[in-house]
Amino acid sequence: METVTPQHFLVLSFLLFSVGFLGVVIRRNLLLVLMSLELMLNGVNVALVSFSRTSLNLDGSLFVFFIMTVAATEVAVGLALLVALYKKRQSVFSEDISLLKN
Amino acid sequence: MIVARHPVPAALFMIISLVSVAALFVLLEAFFLAILQVLVYAGAVMVLFLFIIMLLDVGPDGGKVSRIKFLSGLAGSLAFGILIILLLQFSGIESSESGSWLAIDNVERVNGDSLLFSSSLKNFGFGLFTKYMLPLQVAGFLLLAAMVGVIVLSKKSLSEEEI
Repeated sequence: METVTPQHFLVLSFLLFSVGFLGVVIRRNLLLVLMSLELMLNGVNVALVSFSRTSLNLDGSLFVFFIMTVAATEVAVGLALLVALYKKRQSVFSEDISLLKN
Repeated sequence: MIVARHPVPAALFMIISLVSVAALFVLLEAFFLAILQVLVYAGAVMVLFLFIIMLLDVGPDGGKVSRIKFLSGLAGSLAFGILIILLLQFSGIESSESGSWLAIDNVERVNGDSLLFSSSLKNFGFGLFTKYMLPLQVAGFLLLAAMVGVIVLSKKSLSEEEI
C-alpha cells in the first residue's frame, strides 16, 4: 500500500508551476497569460502548505494566505488594465500590443 | 488548460484545477485555506475572468498551428514527461507507512518562537493577529489600493471614450 508522501506534493507543485510557466510562454491571449500566472501561484501555494504541514509550522500557511490576497489584487488590477487596453487597441493578443513600434 | 485555444473552456478547466488544489489542501489538513481557495479563486477570481472574457468577447487564439510547431510541442512534452518519470523514479520517494506525516496538535499554539501548524481556525487567527499583524494590515491596505486603482482605471477609459 503506497501512501502519499510530501515528495509527491512537491512534484505536483512543480508540475503545476511548470504548466503555468508554459502557459505564460506559449499563449498569446493576455487573459490566458494572466490565468497561467494564477496557476503558477497555486503551485507555489501547494509547496508552501505541504512544507508547513510536514514541519508543523504555521508560518507557511499564513504566507499562503498573503499570497492569495496578492494574487486576487493582481488579477483585479490586471483585468482592469486589460479592459483599458482593449478599449484603446481592440485586441487582447500580445503581438498586437507594440506601443513602441509605431 | 493551456492547450485549450478558446478562453472559455480554458477558464472552466482552470476552475477544475483550482478546486483540485483545494482538495489537496484538505488532504494536508489546511481546511481554512481550502475554503479560502474555493471562495477566492474558484469563486471570485474565476468569475471575474469569465466576466471579462465574455465582456471583451475574445475568440480563439489566431493563427494556424503549423506542423513543425505541433511536432516540437509534442517532442517537448514527451521529453518533459520522461524527465518527470525519472524524477519520480530516482528522487527517493518510497512508500513509507506515513512516517513523514507527524500528527498535529490542536491544543498547543506556540512552541518557543514558532507557531505550530494546526487545522483549527483559532490558531490561524492567533498567528495572523500576533506575529503577522503588520503584513495583515499591509495586505488590507493593498486591497484598498487595488480597489481604488481599478476604479480609477475603468473611469479613465470611460472618459476617454466619451471624448
